[in-house]
Amino acid sequence: MSKILVIAEHADGKLNAGVAKVLAAASKIGGEVTVLVLAADGAAVAAEAAKLDGVAKVLVADSAALANPVAANLAPAIVEVAAGYSHVLFPGTTFGKDVAPRVAAKLGVPQISDVMAVHSGSSFDRPVYAGNAITTVEAPAGTIVITVRLASFTAVAASGSAAVEKVSVGVTAAAHTRYVKLEAQKSARPDLQSANKVVSGGRALGSSENFKVIFDFADKIGAGVGASRAAVDSGYVPNDMQVGQTGKIIAPELYFAIGISGAIQHLAGIKDARTIVAINKDAEAPIFEVADIGLVGDLFTVVPELTAKM
Amino acid sequence: MKAIVSVKRVVDYNVRIQVKPDGSGVVTDGVKMSMNPFDEIAMEEAVRLKEKGKITEIIAVTIGGAKNEETLRTALAFGATKAIHIKDEGEVQPLTAARALAAVFKKEGASLLIAGKQAIDDDANQTGQMVAALLDIAQATFAGKVDVDGNKATVVREVDAGLETLEIDLPAVITADLRLNEPRYLKLPDIMKAKRIPIEATTLADLGVTAAAAVKTVKTAPPPTRSKGVVVKTVDDLIAALKAKGLA
Ligand SMILES: Cc1cc2nc3c(=O)[nH]c(=O)nc-3n(C[C@H](O)[C@H](O)[C@H](O)COP(=O)(O)OP(=O)(O)OC[C@H]3O[C@@H](n4cnc5c(N)ncnc54)[C@H](O)[C@@H]3O)c2cc1C
Ligand SMILES: Nc1ncnc2c1ncn2[C@@H]1O[C@H](COP(=O)(O)O)[C@@H](O)[C@H]1O
Repeated sequence: MSKILVIAEHADGKLNAGVAKVLAAASKIGGEVTVLVLAADGAAVAAEAAKLDGVAKVLVADSAALANPVAANLAPAIVEVAAGYSHVLFPGTTFGKDVAPRVAAKLGVPQISDVMAVHSGSSFDRPVYAGNAITTVEAPAGTIVITVRLASFTAVAASGSAAVEKVSVGVTAAAHTRYVKLEAQKSARPDLQSANKVVSGGRALGSSENFKVIFDFADKIGAGVGASRAAVDSGYVPNDMQVGQTGKIIAPELYFAIGISGAIQHLAGIKDARTIVAINKDAEAPIFEVADIGLVGDLFTVVPELTAKM
Repeated sequence: MKAIVSVKRVVDYNVRIQVKPDGSGVVTDGVKMSMNPFDEIAMEEAVRLKEKGKITEIIAVTIGGAKNEETLRTALAFGATKAIHIKDEGEVQPLTAARALAAVFKKEGASLLIAGKQAIDDDANQTGQMVAALLDIAQATFAGKVDVDGNKATVVREVDAGLETLEIDLPAVITADLRLNEPRYLKLPDIMKAKRIPIEATTLADLGVTAAAAVKTVKTAPPPTRSKGVVVKTVDDLIAALKAKGLA
């Protein structure tokens, strides 16, 4: 039987919402699922994880060395706990992408990134070429290290009550790495990665002042806000709003691409959106090839009207 | 102080990928190939560090078939001072690539590996982190800003929550994100000059590297297609279409 270790990403004493989606992937693999919380004080995070369906046990490794998400400190601790597990799963976030390969290399096993479907304990689907091809892969013998593409799985419910156990790991903080700070964008808007509705703006917005058109519309319909790379590179909005191959991959019910041309790298981030609406003044823009509903027009007249009427 | 930059040859980012009808992979014959865009950014960063006097040598390394020589020529045109071609005609997966890069890193006595954050063919996003693990050195992935000061580097990382700052001691691995810099346009004289620089050839075996157990690709399929949508004329029509789907 598979023994699956799920690494609990967390920040500010709260479990990352992606972990419930990783557990959905774990349940498809089948077997006994343990969640590992690595923190300076992981009690609150462990209590949250213990409620998630399908979790048999939560392990908490408390250590001052694990106070910040530093891969060089987390990886040896995970490797220590991972002995005896058949699978080690991470969310496919920047956290998971940073740490997982460090664990895989230490274990001497390959990693399977961005798993989007599980066929068995060793057979998975994953996207390549910005999602323009989907491969089915077979892992070799040995522990399987995986990052889970969160947009492909639906979070498990929180009706469980797993046991929480302490585990000690012999980790000391690496002298070569000092965590300085995190500048987080505080926003009252729904989180991009879990929002039901997302409104994104592109280069067409032209300035950060003009982006207000997007924010106003998003606030009217209670949506999260995203952006194309061009909008981020031009400094209209911060980097953590980028949607796409190298930004966030999202799967909202409703996605608005406004003044975005629809480059393959952008589309890679929205392939799983249920309904895509495109507003663009160029009827030939590639975004219309994937849009469920398209409106050809100038966003600066269309979007305020939409905000007023919705 | 030596920096290594790993450069991978991949299908150009502008190419629309075609999946082979028999599901055995994607069409690469006759398709334009280029240096992985993130590796161009890594090369540019190394050149800027050299221009600032922070590093003295830039060693470009590629692992792959005979045609990878083109990628090394591009790296030399950027300003690499040396190029190493680890020849291998097979598919080189991240852990094997990482073992090879770690071996070169040690052999050259390098202080820094700058890699791309991900290769846009396999989209694995693994190799740099694996090199750091194998060498037990610091890593700073998804770099949006790098300052090297003697044996220390301050790196601003692009993470999901915003911008994270790490201070790391060299030797270290840094992986380049999109906004680290904008790679320069290569000038013809530099491209011509790069053609005459000798390339050092080696193999995984020469480096004492054994290939890692491979993940086997069983099938490659095109992604599910979205059915063609509707184009509406007015905002009212748009709202009506959303209402019809229960979305407004
Ligand atoms: C390695 C790599 C990775 C990348 N990763 C990403 C990624 O993760 N995410 C991403 O988004 N991009 C990514 N890109 C960039 C991508 O290729 C495109 O350059 C980018 O998505 C373009 O952004 P845009 O659509 O906002 O701008 P443009 O392509 O310039 O499109 C602007 C659009 O706005 C329309 N427009 C202009 N004015 C108006 C108006 N008044 N009203 C309505 N419409 C108007 C125009 O018709 C046009 O279609 C990546 C590129 C590379 C090389
Ligand atoms: N075969 C290779 N040759 C040179 N560099 C490579 C190779 N494979 C991976 N890399 C480096 O590792 C980075 C990440 O690749 P990947 O882990 O495959 O997404 C790339 O941007 C390159 O810098």
